[in-house]
Amino acid sequence: MDFMDILQIIIPSTLLWAAPLIFTALGGIFSERSGVVNIGLEGLMVIGAFTAIVFNLTFIDTFGNLTPWVALLVAMLAGALFSVIHAVASITFRADHTVSGVAINLLAVGLTLFLVKLIYGKGQTDIIQKGFDKIDIPFLKNIPFLGSIFFSNTYLTSFVAIGFALVVWYVIYKTPFGLRLRSVGEHPMAADTMGINVTKMRYIGVILSGAFGGIGGGVYAQAITSDFGHATISGQGFMALAAMIFGKWHPLGAMGAALFFGLAQSISIIGSNLPILENIPSVYLHIAPYVLTILALTGFIGRADAPKAVGTHYIKGSR
Amino acid sequence: MTKRLRNLFIPVIAVLLGILSGTLIMIVSGYDPIAGFTSLWYGAFGDLYYTGEVIRQVTPYILSGLAVAFAFRVGLFNIGVEGQLIVGWLAAVWIGVAFELPKVIHLPLAILTAAVAGAIWAFIPGLLKAKFRVHEVIVTIMMNYIALHITNYIIRTVLSEKSDKTKTIFESASLRSPFLEGLTDYSRLHWGILISLACAFTMWFLLEKTTIGYELRSVGFNHHASQYAGMNVNRNIILSMIISGAFAGLAGAMEGLGTFGYAAVKGGFTGVGFDGIAVALLGGNTAVGVIFSALLFGALKVGALNMPLESGIPNELVDIIIALIVFFVASSYMIRWIIDRFNNKGVK
Repeated sequence: MDFMDILQIIIPSTLLWAAPLIFTALGGIFSERSGVVNIGLEGLMVIGAFTAIVFNLTFIDTFGNLTPWVALLVAMLAGALFSVIHAVASITFRADHTVSGVAINLLAVGLTLFLVKLIYGKGQTDIIQKGFDKIDIPFLKNIPFLGSIFFSNTYLTSFVAIGFALVVWYVIYKTPFGLRLRSVGEHPMAADTMGINVTKMRYIGVILSGAFGGIGGGVYAQAITSDFGHATISGQGFMALAAMIFGKWHPLGAMGAALFFGLAQSISIIGSNLPILENIPSVYLHIAPYVLTILALTGFIGRADAPKAVGTHYIKGSR
Repeated sequence: MTKRLRNLFIPVIAVLLGILSGTLIMIVSGYDPIAGFTSLWYGAFGDLYYTGEVIRQVTPYILSGLAVAFAFRVGLFNIGVEGQLIVGWLAAVWIGVAFELPKVIHLPLAILTAAVAGAIWAFIPGLLKAKFRVHEVIVTIMMNYIALHITNYIIRTVLSEKSDKTKTIFESASLRSPFLEGLTDYSRLHWGILISLACAFTMWFLLEKTTIGYELRSVGFNHHASQYAGMNVNRNIILSMIISGAFAGLAGAMEGLGTFGYAAVKGGFTGVGFDGIAVALLGGNTAVGVIFSALLFGALKVGALNMPLESGIPNELVDIIIALIVFFVASSYMIRWIIDRFNNKGVK
């Protein structure tokens, strides 16, 4: 097996595992940039995964080959809707953001498993017939060298995710909306003084995080697990949170971190079949994302600073 | 309304709202709520066996609740109880299978090792918080996953030969009690409940009756004021995480030495550590409150297992209720606001 073959296995697999992390981490950025901590990303992914799978199973005859993409849109809506609970609790009712996020995670798992049992009468759903399949991307796959590594036998969702990362970067750094969102997360009182509606911006931030988290869960379920059960989403949301922090709350940074964590995940799964890598105990790859995030926060790998006002409540008139 | 009464009022209202939501969900899903709650009650207290199981479940809940509550009182949010619990579980079982000693030495040694392991796991986020001002929430979440993968790795490679679980611990390290089992129709009830209650007493005594506790609480109220008063804030932060982690490690020992007697490779978390957040929150982060709310959540969790059998309702309903209770307690601003409105009307 030469180096080229290894790349052709590892890179599509990395892109596959990274896509859900990229989407979800982008969601986390919207929420935290507006000043609301979102530990509930995991729960939002659970909701997205559940919705996508149920929709896919139910409407496969109606939408045919388009089903996974329509299911993704529905998962996005479900995630956005579910995140309203977090927004109401942590913004309007001034609940501790972290506690509310933990409750979101508990609620998402309980609710979806309850519904699975209610709808299907068993602990997990059937396997979907049509998920996101490996495809060759036309034209691009013909590029010499790069084409066969990056653009053949790969997943379109991964490129959509990377595209979204660029869009989110533009929105957050180059538009008035992005400036407002960031200002609300850095110094809500100053933003309020300038006539920005802090509560509204924060609601938008949290709901966008729900939408992206829902997409992340939908991508994960339809590309990787193909069904929904209690262990479908097991830590991907927290890994996305880690990617967001490791990427220093920056969309492109988060994308890079998600790609890197995707690489670690895919090597931990397929590494045992590859030369060189087979001797690395997979535990190192499993813990790498988390250890690196702690190191990044500590300042050993460049300083990662959260938005200034993240986790605080803005109460008009208080100083 | 006095502050004390109101502090009691909020958890009670939250629980009632949680149960009310559960009832609504059952009605909407086409289940019979009366049959549902009857089977839940029977599954928790209808039989001595069930009651024994409830107390068994309450044992780690008290400890994980104490772990969250203790850190909370010092102003820290320890989401890492889950990871500290897993590490403690493994450490206790490791001692349990590695040596064969007289019970008076072996059992305390295994329990202590679990506490130390949990404390070490919590020391890291404590140190990073104190020295580098890194937020403990993120670090403890990351430490949870590191704990999960490392313990799985150790179980597979060191404590067994590629098997999914360790050997069963020697009898001399076990908390199991034929007497308590006989008393409760052969449930898995074990001596650990006494350790849990002793720890609750320790937490109350330490926080309320000692100088160390006074300092810890003071740091929890206001870092800066404590600093000006000459207290060592950083030392108190680390100390609180160590004690919190020790409680969490003990919760793991309860599972390892009492309920199961072995450690197994885990695909995901046990959930006990996360439920500990609910327990502590509902219990108002006090030792007594934690005992009562652990009892409630333990009864809900064990009773839920009877619901699918008797009334055909998925036991996840209870998870939904628990999550909603957490929401309602966390949103106590809303409850307080409503109470105040009622009070003001009364005055006028």
